[in-house]
Order: sequence, then structure tokens, then C-alpha cells
Amino acid sequence: MTNLHYPETPPTETRKRPLVVMSGVSKSFSSGTLALSDMSLTVENGEFVSLLGPSGCGKSTALRIISGLGDVTSGEIDWPASRINSKGLPEGDISFVFQEPTLMPWQTVFGNVYLPLRLRRISKAAARDEIMACLDMVGLKDFADAYPRELSGGMKMRVSIARALVTKPKLLLMDEPFAALDEITRQKLNDDVLRLWRETGITVIFVTHSVYESAYLSNRIVVMRARPGGVHADFPLVTSLERGPLYRTSEEYRATCEKVSQSLLEAIGFPLANGLEMH
Amino acid sequence: MTAALDANLIRRHRETMLRVLIPISVVVCLILLWQVLVTASGVPQYILPGPSAVGVSLVKDWGTLAPALWVTTKITLSALALALLGGVGMAVFLVQSKWIETAFYPIAVILQVTPIVAVAPLILIYAPSTQVALLICAFLVAFFPILSNMVQGLKSVDHNLLNLFDLYGASRLQTLLYLKLPASLPYFMTGLKIGGGLSLIAAVVAEFAAGSAGAGSGLAFRLLEAQYRLNIPRLFAALILLSALGVVIFGITSFIAWLSLHRWHESSIRREN
Ligand SMILES: Nc1ncnc2c1ncn2[C@@H]1O[C@H](COP(=O)(O)OP(=O)(O)O)[C@@H](O)[C@H]1O
Ligand SMILES: [Mg+2]
Repeated sequence: MTNLHYPETPPTETRKRPLVVMSGVSKSFSSGTLALSDMSLTVENGEFVSLLGPSGCGKSTALRIISGLGDVTSGEIDWPASRINSKGLPEGDISFVFQEPTLMPWQTVFGNVYLPLRLRRISKAAARDEIMACLDMVGLKDFADAYPRELSGGMKMRVSIARALVTKPKLLLMDEPFAALDEITRQKLNDDVLRLWRETGITVIFVTHSVYESAYLSNRIVVMRARPGGVHADFPLVTSLERGPLYRTSEEYRATCEKVSQSLLEAIGFPLANGLEMH
Repeated sequence: MTAALDANLIRRHRETMLRVLIPISVVVCLILLWQVLVTASGVPQYILPGPSAVGVSLVKDWGTLAPALWVTTKITLSALALALLGGVGMAVFLVQSKWIETAFYPIAVILQVTPIVAVAPLILIYAPSTQVALLICAFLVAFFPILSNMVQGLKSVDHNLLNLFDLYGASRLQTLLYLKLPASLPYFMTGLKIGGGLSLIAAVVAEFAAGSAGAGSGLAFRLLEAQYRLNIPRLFAALILLSALGVVIFGITSFIAWLSLHRWHESSIRREN
């Protein structure tokens, strides 16, 4: 949990330190479910990693463990590039976007985005500029005084994203954030997240069960297998194309989707790659 | 555009007017019917007075009734205020840990299920004055609905929001102030509305108990006194004042609930599709 095995950067080491390292993490719940077994994952600064896998394979569990919401049963999480606080977490460097917008209905949009700063005892006046900037980033500047119930599902999700960004985190964890939204809204928000990622240089770990979403968004896809959960395949995704409408219809995107689908099927236990025989 | 807006405004105003006018005219009709029946049948006043006789008594006995009304109002409202403080405080204390709740909740339940009329004589013995005894009785009755609603509210906070507060390293106090208390506001308001009604009922019931012991000067005592003296119009007048007090308390608590919830809570929002 300390930085001891990362000595003062030797002059020979030119590689940047990874942001977060999961090594041999296992997690079993009191019910006896082994949700994760010996999962190792290293995420570099600035990556956009998708965690893809069938439902119940431990994606949310992995994300919650990274965020410090759950304890590991065995294994270790390390933050080589950050200052660690007493709870073993990098102070204020992580934000979480849940599947539901998780807004406080009694607070306005402004009040909801203010929350993380309010908890750090920053005054409303001092936080105002930052909050408005974040609302502007997600296109909700004019809705600062609206209450969550007056917003559509997509807009609520944007508020949730603005709230996650307001602390300027290094790592943004997103747990199937757009799964409940319609296709058009989801595409729009996908583009927004990509833009934010490019503009802010933030690291994103994005949980999804959609092959298409992961292939569109990430520059690295980690396919997970179920029962027990762990990493099945891990491949980088390089593309010459700007992600956008053009990329969506490109041959490259189609090929990536196919490759990812294939890997996901293997993870579920359908080895269609070697011929078409099924077990 | 403006014409449509005006029409809309007029329509909404008309609805509000009807909402007020209809119940008022029903009450007026019933009172008229009462007067007509009493006059037509010639029932003597000491059995059933007409509304006019009650009205006369209300004016004539105002000197006796007004101080009594004030006493009852004071006891009811102080008991409610104490019950709010105690109920919310106790609820916050109970939800701190499962063990605290296991240890203390049964006591609160025992206090609640024991009929207040049965406890009142005991309280009258130990309390320094009748007023204090009445206050304690009303408090005991109003306390529980506020407590149980608050406990329910504090416990039904969205788990994801709790996770979020954990994630940002919120302290226990911050989580209480910024999350648990606001989230349980709708439950608190339910407790307030029930507690407001119950504290008046308990103040009256306790005064009946105290009154039979020969002390007291609230409306309930005046009511009993009027009955002993067969002054039935005054009994009705006291009754009307009591029910008016109840209506006012109900109105005020409902208004407070509306005021604090109408911006965000589903229960106070007009459904609009
Ligand atoms: N709080 C919990 N208690 C017990 N079992 C749990 C809990 N949370 C998740 N699980 C189990 O752990 C496994 C992984 O769950 P989860 O991480 O939510 O999967 P995913 O997000 O990939 O759908 C599932 O089998 C699930 O039933
Ligand atoms: Mg999940």
C-alpha cells in the first residue's frame, strides 16, 4: 500500500509510472460468491480502458474495489503515481459515475455538482466558477437552477458526469453509465465522454456490456470472464481514424467489433474461433 | 399566445376557487339544516342547541373560553415542539448503530402502545404542576409517530448516494447534514402532520383525566364543566373552538410540508404529462 517498491525515479527509467495496479486481487462476498479471482490489471495514465464482460462477471465489483468502496479478500491495489491517504486511497483523485444518475432530488443541478467541493469545505462562492465550467462542459450551463426531476434521463447523467469532473480527478470510473438510456442519447453521451477525455487528459475505466460501445470509445479493451471473474483478454485498440460518425461506419470499426465479440464469446465459453463446433 | 395564457390562468383560478368554495358551502348548508331542524322540532336548548345559540354562547362566554383556548394551544404546540426535537434527536441516535436501536427502540414502542389515559394519573402525581403533566402526556403521544417516521426516513437513504458520500470521504456529520436529514424530510413531514393532530388529542384526553382530579383550565376542562352545568351551548362552543384549533394545526403543518417539499418531492408536485 506504500510507494516503497517504487524508489525515487532513477534517471534511467523513462517510462511513466502506471496510475493504478491491481495485482492478484480476489474478492469473495459473505454469501460465498467468489466475484473476482486473481485479477491483475495495470492502467496507465491517460488510458481509456473498457471493462467488457457478461453480466455478473465482476465488473462492478472490480470498479468498486478500485474506488475503495469495497475491500479486497486478497491481493493488492497500488497507486504508484499518487499520494496515498490514510485509507490507502489517492486523495481526491477518483470519481465515480454510477449506472443511475444518483442525484440528490432536493438539490438543484448546481447544488448536486457542488457536493464534492462542499464535502471538502469549499465555500459556494469559491466553487462557483469551477461548477459553472463543468456544467458548461456537459452543456447544462442554463440548467444550473433546475431540479433533477425537471431533467431528462440523459441530462441527469450529464449532471452526474459534471459532478464527477468538478474535483478534477485523475481517474474516472464509470459503471455502465449509459445502459439505461436510449440509443441516440447514448451515442451523444459517448461522444461527449470522448471529447472530455481528449480535452482533460483524464484516465477512464469504463464498464460496459456492449461490444459496440467499448469498441467505439476505448483505446484498450479488457474482456472479463465470469465465475470466477478475472481478465480473459486484454488488447489495445489503435485506430488511425478520429472517433466519430465516420469511424462508426468504417471497416476498421467493424473488424474491431468482430474481434471483440469473438473474444467475448470465448470468455463466455463458446470457442467459435477454432471452427464452428460448439461444446 | 397571451390569450391562451390568460385562459389557462383563469381556468386554474377557477379550480382554486371551487376547491375553497365547495367545502365551505357544504358546511354552511349543514349548519342551516341544523338550525332548521332544531327550530322545527322544538328540541329544548339543554338537549340540542341550534347553531345560533352556540354562536351567542361563543360571544357571551368568550371571556372564559379564550384563556382556555390559549392554554390548550400553548400545551399542544409546546408538546409538539418537544416531540419534534425529541423524535428527531432520538431517531438520529437510534440509527447510529444496530445495537443502539435494538436496545432502545422497544422502550419507545412500550411508551407508544400504553394508553395515555392510563398513564396520565401517574404523571399527574409526579409532575410538579398540572400544566407540566398535560405537556408530558401530549409529548409522549406525539413523540412516537415522529420518531418512527424519522427512523424510517434516515434508513431509506439511496445506497448509491451513501456510496458517493463515502467515496468523497464525507464525515459522519456531513453525511447526516447533507444527505440523511434532507433525504428523510418527506418522512419528517408525515410525522409532523400526524404528531400535530395527536398532540392536540392527547392534550385534551390528558386534561379530561386531570380535570376529573379537580384541576386545569384548558378547553377540555371548560367542556367538562359546561357538561356538569348542563350548559350545552357552551359545550358546543368549546367543541367548535377545539376543532378549529385542530383544523388550524392541520393547515399549518400541511402548509409547512408543502413549502419544504414542493420544489422536489413527488408527493407535493402536480402531475403534469
Ligand atoms: N454485495 C454483494 N453480495 C453478494 N454477492 C454479490 C454482491 N455484489 C455482487 N455480488 C455477486 O458477485 C458477482 C459479480 O457481481 P458484479 O460485480 O455486480 O457483476 P457485473 O457488474 O459484472 O454484472 C455476481 O455473481 C454477484 O451476484
Ligand atoms: Mg454491474
